[in-house]
Amino acid sequence: MANLRDHMGRPIVAVTGIGVVTSLGVGKKDNWAALTSGKSGIHPITRFSVDHLNTRISGMVDFLPSSSKGASHLTYELAETAAQEAVSEAGLDSGDFGGPLFLASPPVELDWADRFSLYNSDKDEAGAERLLRVARGLKELDIFETTQFGSIADRLADRFGTRGLPITLSTACASGATAIQLGVEAIRRGECDKALSIGADGSATAEALIRFSLLSALSTHNDIPEKASKPFSKDRDGFVLAEGSGALVLESLEAALARGATILGIMRGCGEKADDFHRTRSKPDGSPAIAAVRAALADAGLGEDEIDYVNAHGTSTPENDKMEHLSLSTVFGERIGSMPISSNKSMIGHTLSAAGAVEAAFSLMTMRESVIPPTINYDNPDPAIVLDVVPNKKRNAEVGTVLSNSFGFGGQNTCLVMAREPV
Amino acid sequence: MRKIKKPPDPQQPPMSSHDVVITGIGLVSSLGEGPDAHWQKLTQPGFQPVLDAARFAPYTIHPLPEIDWNLQIAKRGDQRQMETWQRLGTYAAGLALDDAGIKGDDELCATMDMVVAAGGGERDEAVDATILAASESRNDRDVLLNEKLTTELRPTLFLAQLSNLLAGNISIVHKVTGSSRTFMGEEGAGVSAVETATARIRSGQSTHVLVGGAFQTEHSDMLLGYELAGYLHRGRWKPVWQRQGSEGGGVVTGSGGAFLVLEQREHARNRGRKIYAELGPVISGRARRRQGELNSEIAALLKQAHLPDGELLTISAASGAHAATAAEKAVLDANPALAVRAFSTLTGHMKEAQFPFAVALAALAVDRKAGYPVFDATAERPFEGAPNSVLATAIGYHQFEGLGLIKAA
Repeated sequence: MANLRDHMGRPIVAVTGIGVVTSLGVGKKDNWAALTSGKSGIHPITRFSVDHLNTRISGMVDFLPSSSKGASHLTYELAETAAQEAVSEAGLDSGDFGGPLFLASPPVELDWADRFSLYNSDKDEAGAERLLRVARGLKELDIFETTQFGSIADRLADRFGTRGLPITLSTACASGATAIQLGVEAIRRGECDKALSIGADGSATAEALIRFSLLSALSTHNDIPEKASKPFSKDRDGFVLAEGSGALVLESLEAALARGATILGIMRGCGEKADDFHRTRSKPDGSPAIAAVRAALADAGLGEDEIDYVNAHGTSTPENDKMEHLSLSTVFGERIGSMPISSNKSMIGHTLSAAGAVEAAFSLMTMRESVIPPTINYDNPDPAIVLDVVPNKKRNAEVGTVLSNSFGFGGQNTCLVMAREPV
Repeated sequence: MRKIKKPPDPQQPPMSSHDVVITGIGLVSSLGEGPDAHWQKLTQPGFQPVLDAARFAPYTIHPLPEIDWNLQIAKRGDQRQMETWQRLGTYAAGLALDDAGIKGDDELCATMDMVVAAGGGERDEAVDATILAASESRNDRDVLLNEKLTTELRPTLFLAQLSNLLAGNISIVHKVTGSSRTFMGEEGAGVSAVETATARIRSGQSTHVLVGGAFQTEHSDMLLGYELAGYLHRGRWKPVWQRQGSEGGGVVTGSGGAFLVLEQREHARNRGRKIYAELGPVISGRARRRQGELNSEIAALLKQAHLPDGELLTISAASGAHAATAAEKAVLDANPALAVRAFSTLTGHMKEAQFPFAVALAALAVDRKAGYPVFDATAERPFEGAPNSVLATAIGYHQFEGLGLIKAA
């Protein structure tokens, strides 16, 4: 009989359902097959014109019915699709989930397509005055809903019958991990015995791409798209903007065992630490990331020598990969050179608000399948970053524990520790 | 009726039990800044709101007061990286930290958790207007968009727009770095932020948490966010409770922000801080309003709050939005013990900041042992005496509801 309480006397949190969508496909099966064969989902942008753009590639999800309907609709569909897979796998009623919802999703704005159509539906006045006057004459709420930050979660709450006021959150690139952390914490505090945590991002619009470009954050290796994301390589030149979603059904181990659910993994610990250095760069000594990793280990009750594999944040920006290496080598010491560390983003790009959840899903599958997905495009190692990145080909390995890192713009760092088995 | 979060089971106490107290309040609105200025103005009988009916006509707004940003954001470089919304939030957060004696205390800031309720920042209106104007004569609108945005957008503006960068700026300017989370979703985000911070302290996860939000309405896009559903009141200004049947949708917005320092009672006591009030139960909900559940949901939330017997001062964050405000009024009116004050009559609706603002005003009343005079004599009744508990409500103009009970420390 497994322990039902962790080293701090809190309920142990199990994962009983996993769902995922990325540019590699819908669902765990297709994603896992592609991911472990080193296939890239990065492709030329076709959703909008790429004239004048320096970056013309992405990991957009172009195959869903909402893919061309704007960020809000696509983010909803991504979240719904992943959540449906997770809730079904957990064997729970997908219309009456009965626990709280935590959604990591991108900040919303009125889409340009709507801005243009509202503006050009009238001729009087100009600029904002015209938009406001047209807006108040609208008879439908459809466009309004796309501008409300709580609307996607509200729809998901209706769809899945989650309980209470759903929380929509953003911690930039750490959002997906924060959504999981909030679910874990709610169960540990005894507020609920299950929670639905989702990270979803369908916001790869032209404006989003241009904004990241203007910050010099994106790769411009357009010629061979599948080669553009190359974490830990010497010639890495930025991340690849991408879309996707990941969903986990979290349950207290006690509740999950009591209903005979299959335990897919254990959420052992969560740690976070904010950076106060700069809006887009991390503190040169890496102390916030180091503190986040250590906090996650402490929360999990595990020592540095008890992590088998690191699912890296690994964005492929010069800054992140350097700092991530610095942080990990500080925490794990000499052992870092022989620990497998791979970046899913080498294949799926950076799914932003979804990344922490997508990568937690893949981390759990890594343990279940005893296969570590590779870091692809590792042809030109950065000599300053000596890591076992599981280069280019998957590796069979027994993995009992994973550390998954998420480091965000604005200095929000969150790390998750997962285990294959209860203690 | 939707299932509602069950109250904690008394048979199963949480990991450890810690009271939550309020030790810092940072407020900014058209009325001024800080708890004293707000208390002074709000307790003046017949105080008239600060309004600007011209700038965004036909909409009236409650504008920001004159603010010397340097007082809370010392570096010009930091100020330049933000637009008004982030400056306002960072400023209000600084006021709260100052008030709690935490600002500048490296150790306390480094271990302080933070939950910010945020929407988005300001877009570049001039660039948008140029693109829209050009769209009238061009059919290749996506090319137009790329052409203009790649050349005319200020690179750092993106950071001033990102929801989580209000929290990011608070970390950078005030060094609050224990943890940083940003909740989104209008008034509901403010409710969840306070509720989550409270739960963290009660369970022993946090000892002190900075929580709050800000809203800067003086930007056409911020008005558009309401007006796409026709929520804004038009024509002559009226108090919140008197807008039913008037032209428009009933909401008059205001710029402002509210941050609170919530603290474990032992922690506050050990460092010898003044305690404004204790934060009792905080309860949130999500009525399926299209199915007519709002009235019963508000009633259910009130029931769960275990309100004390006797007359109860109630600080309402009612927006004026016709349907939501009518529902709230009906349920509050049905409880004769509640003496209601809708503060948005005097400040305007501050979206994500509504609930933290309501909690702050409730804490002030408890601390100063006095109520507020009526803000609207036709709809609110006098409250005499010293409130021992005060109720704070936030019923979203469009979705999500919450309330909290604030008690004498």
